[in-house]
Amino acid sequence: MELTAFIIKAIVILVIFGLTLLIAMYSTYGERKVAGFIQDRLGPDRAGPWGLLQPLADAGKMFFKEDFIPAQANKWLFIAGPCLAMLTALMASAVIPFGSTLRYDGVEVAVQAVEANIGILYIFGVVSLGVYGLMIGGWASNNKFSLLGAIRAASQNISYEVAMGLSIVAILMISSSLSIGDIVAQQHGGNWNIWYQPLGFIIFLTCAFAECNRTPFDLPECETELVGGYHTEYSSMKLGFYLFAEYINMFVSSAVISALYFGGYNYPGMDWVYNQLTGAFGNVAGHNVATLLGTGVFFAKSLFGVFFYMWVRWTLPRFRYDQLMNLGWKGLIPLAILNIVITGLAVMFLQPALTAMLK
Amino acid sequence: MQLTNRSKQVSNKQMTLAERIYLPAIATGMAITIKHFFQKKVTIRYPEVKRYLGPVFRGRHVLKRDAEGRERCTACGLCAVACPAEAIQIVAEERKKGEEHLYREEKYAAIYEVNMLRCIFCGLCEEACPKQAVYLRHDEFVPVFTERDQVIWGKDLLVENMNNRYLRKAWTKEEAQAQDDAKVRGEIKEVEPRAIP
Repeated sequence: MELTAFIIKAIVILVIFGLTLLIAMYSTYGERKVAGFIQDRLGPDRAGPWGLLQPLADAGKMFFKEDFIPAQANKWLFIAGPCLAMLTALMASAVIPFGSTLRYDGVEVAVQAVEANIGILYIFGVVSLGVYGLMIGGWASNNKFSLLGAIRAASQNISYEVAMGLSIVAILMISSSLSIGDIVAQQHGGNWNIWYQPLGFIIFLTCAFAECNRTPFDLPECETELVGGYHTEYSSMKLGFYLFAEYINMFVSSAVISALYFGGYNYPGMDWVYNQLTGAFGNVAGHNVATLLGTGVFFAKSLFGVFFYMWVRWTLPRFRYDQLMNLGWKGLIPLAILNIVITGLAVMFLQPALTAMLK
Repeated sequence: MQLTNRSKQVSNKQMTLAERIYLPAIATGMAITIKHFFQKKVTIRYPEVKRYLGPVFRGRHVLKRDAEGRERCTACGLCAVACPAEAIQIVAEERKKGEEHLYREEKYAAIYEVNMLRCIFCGLCEEACPKQAVYLRHDEFVPVFTERDQVIWGKDLLVENMNNRYLRKAWTKEEAQAQDDAKVRGEIKEVEPRAIP
């Protein structure tokens, strides 16, 4: 019994991490393709059918480039920087509920690497560690431009984390749980948080963009005022790790957005589909098929989020740094606090009144 | 006094609320870019697909022969004189007895060389030629070369191949359009650039 649960869990974890890596890998291809389509060109189409082998070609190129460590750099920290960025990006995906539960032999296992009941806190903790990746990378390069870039990146990430944390508080007030699994389960039946938290969603989305260092907030890297940003001195696969971490972050943050605001693995007509499937395949198999279907829906939502990131990148121009800080501190944080107050009042007065009325 | 009708009255009006919160503008921008996502792509897969360059494109040089295969060039040197880049070198020679099937007139170019690095493809040689012997092909580029001894093109590369004669198919805009259409229908095949031996 224990062993079955363990094996299923191990498979689930492997599949989740494998898929996360695969999606991050192919979002580099997706980015180029989307960029091409939006700019009325074709994008990569040489390597393999429709250019599908392009990520492998890119990886091959990254591996064969000269792996360079500056003489004056702090060698170990220089290596640790990209690893840390990659690690924190991957760790965040551990608590995301990709589906409800799988049943086998009387065991029920959630499609989630870790069923932590402090999921959101964990994600925020891990994501905030990502700053160290950038900061250490910039500092260890022993290059003042890199250091300036790293400081910029760090201050940007920290500022937007505040607004992000505040925007999430309203959701926690509604759901009164810190577990992402619970929050997703509560959104069952079209009860998505986006309907209750449109302002919170916009704030969260904006902060997620800033956290992933994506356009219009891609100020950590810039050729105009700094030479290249915190990764000026990085080459070959170490630079690849930094870029890869960005794509993992993109996927993970859109997964978090779809879990928190778009009902995760819930989709309209879910109960009806569930009944049909259990009717057709029997209780256990039908349940598993329904779960996998939900997981597919979750991935579809998350991948649309990734596409949205790219769509925005080829639409909006970059912010200036002071504009970025103004938006973060003078725009988003007050708005997030306002959102908390409104949600608080609604939870305090409106919800009991509504429940009383519906009774 | 108004010189053009493009002038615009500058206003200093306050932005409306919708303009100040920026989100509608962002939505408009997103709509525009997603529209482009589904539009026809303007790029083509170049080495496989080539665009028709037009009837007046000036590509690689060709020394024409006449209908009987005789070289038209009489080595008058007007092209070399007209050439602003001084890319053309000619050595004239007298036609011997028994060479009437090779050269059209008594004098011919024994050596006719174009320096492809100097040539600016201006087409003045073409205009200067009184015998209609030198043309810049509208359908072929000068192929890429990597070696210095491939820079100077002699008669072996320049003189027209009777199996691949150069004829300008389109001289006017309308003819060019018809040629483009024929190309789309697949009636006109691409002429492959000749490789340098």
